[in-house]
Amino acid sequence: MPENSVSADLQTGSDKMVEWTDFERDTIKDIFSMIEYDVVGPAALTRCLVVYPWTQRYFGGFGNLYNAAAIKGNPMVSKHGTTIMHGLDRAVKNLDDIENTYTELSVLHSEKLHVDPDNFKLLADCLTIVVAAQLGKKFTGEVQAAFQKFLAVVVSSLGRQYH
Amino acid sequence: MTTLTAKDKQTVKAFWAKVSGKSEDIGADAVARMLVVYPQTKIYFSHWPDQSPNSPAARKHGITVMMGVGDAVTKIDDLKEGLKELSQLHAFTLRVDPGNFKILSHNILVVMAVMFPTDFTPEVHVSLDKFLAAVSLALSEKYR
Repeated sequence: MPENSVSADLQTGSDKMVEWTDFERDTIKDIFSMIEYDVVGPAALTRCLVVYPWTQRYFGGFGNLYNAAAIKGNPMVSKHGTTIMHGLDRAVKNLDDIENTYTELSVLHSEKLHVDPDNFKLLADCLTIVVAAQLGKKFTGEVQAAFQKFLAVVVSSLGRQYH
Repeated sequence: MTTLTAKDKQTVKAFWAKVSGKSEDIGADAVARMLVVYPQTKIYFSHWPDQSPNSPAARKHGITVMMGVGDAVTKIDDLKEGLKELSQLHAFTLRVDPGNFKILSHNILVVMAVMFPTDFTPEVHVSLDKFLAAVSLALSEKYR
């Protein structure tokens, strides 16, 4: 586990609803309305594959991931990055029921894709960095807190169906 | 995980040369974010009369931290030796749980993204992440 990965660990039992303040709801929706999915998604996935190269293990069929330039220019990485953002969009539209929204995705990542759930946190950290770069000063500490809380819930929900 | 290659060292030094002029703002913002996003870190600052993220004490602390980071860049070839005294300080006087080094490192990276979006490329990110992890490890040396 890399030393600097800090997306919060969130234990959400199925009997515990995540509570969102109005600020958090508005902030999360605002962020997703401000970013371009086909820019942020590819940038975040590219960054994850470069900064945490062992995550490349899941993309054996993607062709050339030999160096940062190759990863950045790889059309399959781009496409998948965009797919991820649309997946997150479902959580944004279902903030009060992310866990159930992601049941099938969680099973997919566990049973079919065999993704180590620790890796979700790595991608979440990269997404935070990319969104920070996009939003600049608008990405205040309070906005960062709301965004990271959202990602922590997403990460936790994706890990729920692993057995 | 934390062996810095020659390329990492070169990348860190080059990036630091670009950004060190803003090191005070970087440090202040990183500490402010840490206090807001990870409120449990406030326990280390219970002696501050004003624990708000933009207080003079918080800003001063951010400046102190980044001076330490800048110093670490000059000692990048032997961080364990170079940061020996700082490690003793953190181990015996401050007794900061080393998990918090990760948290502050993360916030430093976020600030780099906010302030230097074009320069903070994935290649720079990986080298800086490794460097901060190596600094954190050197700071933990004397703990036990």
